[in-house]
Amino acid sequence: MDVRAQLATTFHLDKCIGCHTCSLACNNLWTSRPGTEYMWWNNVETKPGTGYPTLWEDQTKYRGGWELKGNSLRPRFGGRLGMLSNLFFNPYLPTMDDYYEPWTYQYGHLFTAPQGPDQPTAKPVSQVTGKYIDIEAGPNWDDDLGGSSVYARNDINLAQLTEAEQQALFRLEQMVFFYIPRICNHCLNPGCVSVCPSGAIYKRAEDGIVLVSQEKCRGWRFCVSGCPYKKTYYNWQTGKSEKCILCYPRMETGQAPACFHSCVGRIRYAGVLLYDAARIEEIAMTPQSELVAAQRRIILNPADPAVIAAARKNGLDDEWLGAARNSPIYKFVKEWELALPLHAEFRTLPMLFYIPPLLPVAASTKNGNYNLADGEFFGNIENSRIPIKYMASLFSAGNEEIIKSVLRKLWAVRSYQQASRVGNIDQSRAAAQLTEAGCTAEDAEQISRLTALPRVSDRYVLPPYHREEAIEQLTGDTQQHKYQVGFGYSAPPRRGP
Amino acid sequence: MIDLVLFAILPYVALAIAIVGLLWRYRTNQFSYSSVSSQFLENRQLFWGSVPWHYGIILILLGHLTGILFPASVMAFNGVPLRLYILEGTGLALGLLVLVGLVLLLLRRGTNPRVRAVTSSMDLVLLLLLLLSIVTGVGTAIFYRWGSGWYVQTATPYLRSLVTFSLKVDYLASLPLLVKVHALNAFVILAVFPFTRLVHMLSVPLAYLWRPYQVVIWRRPRVQQ
Ligand code: HEM
Ligand code: SF4
Repeated sequence: MDVRAQLATTFHLDKCIGCHTCSLACNNLWTSRPGTEYMWWNNVETKPGTGYPTLWEDQTKYRGGWELKGNSLRPRFGGRLGMLSNLFFNPYLPTMDDYYEPWTYQYGHLFTAPQGPDQPTAKPVSQVTGKYIDIEAGPNWDDDLGGSSVYARNDINLAQLTEAEQQALFRLEQMVFFYIPRICNHCLNPGCVSVCPSGAIYKRAEDGIVLVSQEKCRGWRFCVSGCPYKKTYYNWQTGKSEKCILCYPRMETGQAPACFHSCVGRIRYAGVLLYDAARIEEIAMTPQSELVAAQRRIILNPADPAVIAAARKNGLDDEWLGAARNSPIYKFVKEWELALPLHAEFRTLPMLFYIPPLLPVAASTKNGNYNLADGEFFGNIENSRIPIKYMASLFSAGNEEIIKSVLRKLWAVRSYQQASRVGNIDQSRAAAQLTEAGCTAEDAEQISRLTALPRVSDRYVLPPYHREEAIEQLTGDTQQHKYQVGFGYSAPPRRGP
Repeated sequence: MIDLVLFAILPYVALAIAIVGLLWRYRTNQFSYSSVSSQFLENRQLFWGSVPWHYGIILILLGHLTGILFPASVMAFNGVPLRLYILEGTGLALGLLVLVGLVLLLLRRGTNPRVRAVTSSMDLVLLLLLLLSIVTGVGTAIFYRWGSGWYVQTATPYLRSLVTFSLKVDYLASLPLLVKVHALNAFVILAVFPFTRLVHMLSVPLAYLWRPYQVVIWRRPRVQQ
């Protein structure tokens, strides 16, 4: 057993209101430099939809993640030699047109325009060429277009549905959508790391954050293809790749990442998971329908004495072990089995887990009338507004049973609270629902507390990093870099000649 | 005298600049080492330019190297006329391939607005120097045939004499002007090498072939118990 810690995260999708505050917090902090404007380390997508960059989930197009080849696991991009032969031209690279051409507006013109018959306007200019452009796409161009024939229709997860089911989904009275905010998953078996020819991308052993060394990166841009989530981006200005850093400078000073901190819906949770690094490859090779269960298995019980002993051996201190025991992620993922990885079939073992949305309020359309007051607002999970199959394609590698069990539990917790607080549901019926979902009343209390009424300290259980010790080890002198940002840098990060 | 400056002093100066420049750049600004790819901005034209260019130029450079390292084998190989024809034909074909690739790359740099936005003057200088190199090279192949034969008897001893510090400038000085320009241009490219994007070829990531897929770094040494 090789026990390591991972700073893992959970997003509760029923709570996301799709406001994009998270994206802006991140963009203001990290990606407002030239070359990075188009990088949304955090973005919020509408599902069904094609996402950002367009059709990122389609691995026949971008070749991200892993595939099982006989008895071994290899990057979908190809064998090692084959990959090197693609150095001069990456055939699976998304280009700027798959994202969008970033632009700004000529605001100055509003003040300097000469007097004339019309109001002056601020025309859009490209942030790449500096010329006027016709804006054709943006990072969230599919926002709220759950029924759109351009975006929703082309969602590749719909391929699992029969034509009739798809038709039903696009009927006006049935139309439905939800949001899915995405950041780097800081995977246990990262695709980006595995295809980087320079070895510039690495996973920090202490907390599992995946980073790109800007000094070592040579701009071969395979990581952009290799990450199946399209969460490494190419900086077209500096010729280096960049990605979400899980705000490690904030984490190291005890603050939650900016997107977490600013989240309006308070959908985000962060905490420590302990995992067995010796089993990564074996777990990543599990047959597809068992992947989610296998991924739960690699996460270790932080209260198990054997795990604690092995963790200590790997240098984890008591504070980290304590954080692991109080981790909200451990509860959601492992104890309650409510939070699921996105597209586990990419086999990167992502460490960002989603609680799928229940989307309960559904009007009845009996007799062709649209009727919201028709008693039951959620008949049974098989009739859920978003087909189970679709959810399974996103969150359980196609395994519908897993989705059903999660939705059943979410629904039972709601009924339980309705019964005890509002009284509009019969107590015994709520109790029966809980039993059916395999959930105790005590769990239900805890789940609803952590879902609806958590304090900041419940949502983010961050261990102390003891940055001062790290600085000491690097420089021998804790005062040396006082008043500097980070450790400073020796040369400004400018594009090479 | 002029021959001495151009073919004896210049090569050493160029080499010295290249070595010192590379070390300096690597020591002070590793961040600037990159292929500074523009594929993200433009995809289609790059394919038709970059792929022929790179496969061609790498084979051609290897050809030049073979002539220097194994002159006797090259002569023996060329002993059979058919083989000589094949070698010459291949060389010319590669030269033309590279020429086409390079012209496409230049056109792309000049015409695509996005690519232009990230094109530095050094990019253009380099592409033009390379163009001169290819044009003179292909010209030599056309006008002074059987180069694979006379190359090993002139350029090879000259270049070897450079390495052994026993200069034989006459080998080069007696060659036609076109060939001299080709050689001089190569020295110039060597001198500007550290200050251009050419440094990317020093980062060929061969180690990727045997490294483990995952890279994990411990920030602090592990406590051994
Ligand atoms: C040895 C292995 C080499 C590798 C792996 C390599 C790789 C690359 C890559 C990835 C690019 C960027 C293309 C893009 O924009 O996406 C590039 C550009 C370039 N390479 Fe190489 N290269 C190699 C050797 C060479 C050699 C030997 C030369 C010339 C002597 C060369 C000359 C160039 C030039 C001039 C460009 C710029 C093309 C442009 O204008 O866009 N490369 N190379
Ligand atoms: S800030 Fe929170 S609620 Fe708003 S879009 Fe982002 S994740 Fe959703």
